[in-house]
Amino acid sequence: MGNNMTITTAQYIADEDGNNSCIQATIDGQEMFVPLDPANRHYAEILKQVAADTLRIADAE
Amino acid sequence: MTKARDLADFLGNNTSLSTINNAYAAGTLVPSSTNPSLIINGDMLINQRNAVFTNPNGVFPVDRFGVEQYVSTTTTQQSTTAPSGYSNSLLVTNGNAYTPTSANFTYRVYQNIEGFNTAPLLFGTSSAKTITISFWVRSSLTGTFGVAIQNSAQDRSYVSTYTITQANTFEKKTITITGDTAGTWIGATNGVGLRLIFDLGSRANRTASSANAWETGNFSRVSGCVEINSTTGATFYVTGVKLEEGSEATDFQHILYPEELTKCKRYYQVYGGSGNYHAFASVGTYNPSSGVGYLDLEVTMRTVPTGSTVGTFQASNGVTSACGVNLSGFAEPDGGCKLIQVHAHSGSNFINGYFMRVRANNDATTRLKFDAEL
Repeated sequence: MGNNMTITTAQYIADEDGNNSCIQATIDGQEMFVPLDPANRHYAEILKQVAADTLRIADAE
Repeated sequence: MTKARDLADFLGNNTSLSTINNAYAAGTLVPSSTNPSLIINGDMLINQRNAVFTNPNGVFPVDRFGVEQYVSTTTTQQSTTAPSGYSNSLLVTNGNAYTPTSANFTYRVYQNIEGFNTAPLLFGTSSAKTITISFWVRSSLTGTFGVAIQNSAQDRSYVSTYTITQANTFEKKTITITGDTAGTWIGATNGVGLRLIFDLGSRANRTASSANAWETGNFSRVSGCVEINSTTGATFYVTGVKLEEGSEATDFQHILYPEELTKCKRYYQVYGGSGNYHAFASVGTYNPSSGVGYLDLEVTMRTVPTGSTVGTFQASNGVTSACGVNLSGFAEPDGGCKLIQVHAHSGSNFINGYFMRVRANNDATTRLKFDAEL
């Protein structure tokens, strides 16, 4: 609900086939695995902050 | 169930159907009906996170009820202070008194209700239905407080008020709201169908021009409402929250604990805690540093959840190695999620081609957490 999440890091995680499966992010100080699903509130916030150019998602290692 | 009880109490030797019908017609037999509530965990009983949150922003001190505010040393938690007939309440305790400078400052207790459950209210159409909210509330402060209903986009709000007349005493409040015939309200989806908000001291940009009317904007109070942030240590308790269709508040129905817990697990689940070596999943290794397996969730979640871990993990099949764990879910056709992929990784310490169990690494704090809250 309109939460001002503080997202300090975000990086894609790749599965064994090399496809991005989720984003490993630090949100409000906690490490989380965020699915690539717009119905998920954390992913929605990541998309919002990326669109606002205040967050960049690093490529998977 | 309640009608069956009414009949059982009334019948005695009066077994004639016409006798029963006549009794209903005469009003000597009154069905003790109670409408279903759209609120989950309205009695604040379920508390899977089991934590006291300081400086809360988007936290859930009890299941399904969130607290948002962006400043201060506020704490929020489940409380055992409750009115008669209830075991728990949600408690917000203000920190140091402060005056927010931002007009967007928001200080609220809320529950976002899923669209699948609110669609029958037909908000946003000419057939929108009237709803009634009832709840028990207590505060160290007296005065007028704001309560609101909003849509998903937070561009339609109905603000009403209630008055706490006696400090530190639970009072029951009932508010009836005419359904919104305008605005955009999502239908039967897994998004936010309706937001219920208890305002604790939001600022100008959250203040409606008048109470008891639908307005365009993100509002949850009117001018003059109590701001608990102005008082050091001010408290706010709420429980027995019910939101139902119709213009009357029917009795709060206490749901059996397992049933209510199951409802809550659609939005949040936590695994672990049985001891120092709680086992979470079996994984098959596909190289010396990686293994993958699956966790079948207890309840299908609203959407693919955010996963997080607490504590330390190990993978073992005779040879034991500390490991990290990544989590990712799979979406079901309706957008929900039942299956989580557990990916264990270590520094080339696994034996390739074997199954291993992923468990706590001699750590009673180890948990897997899944969050699909709205």
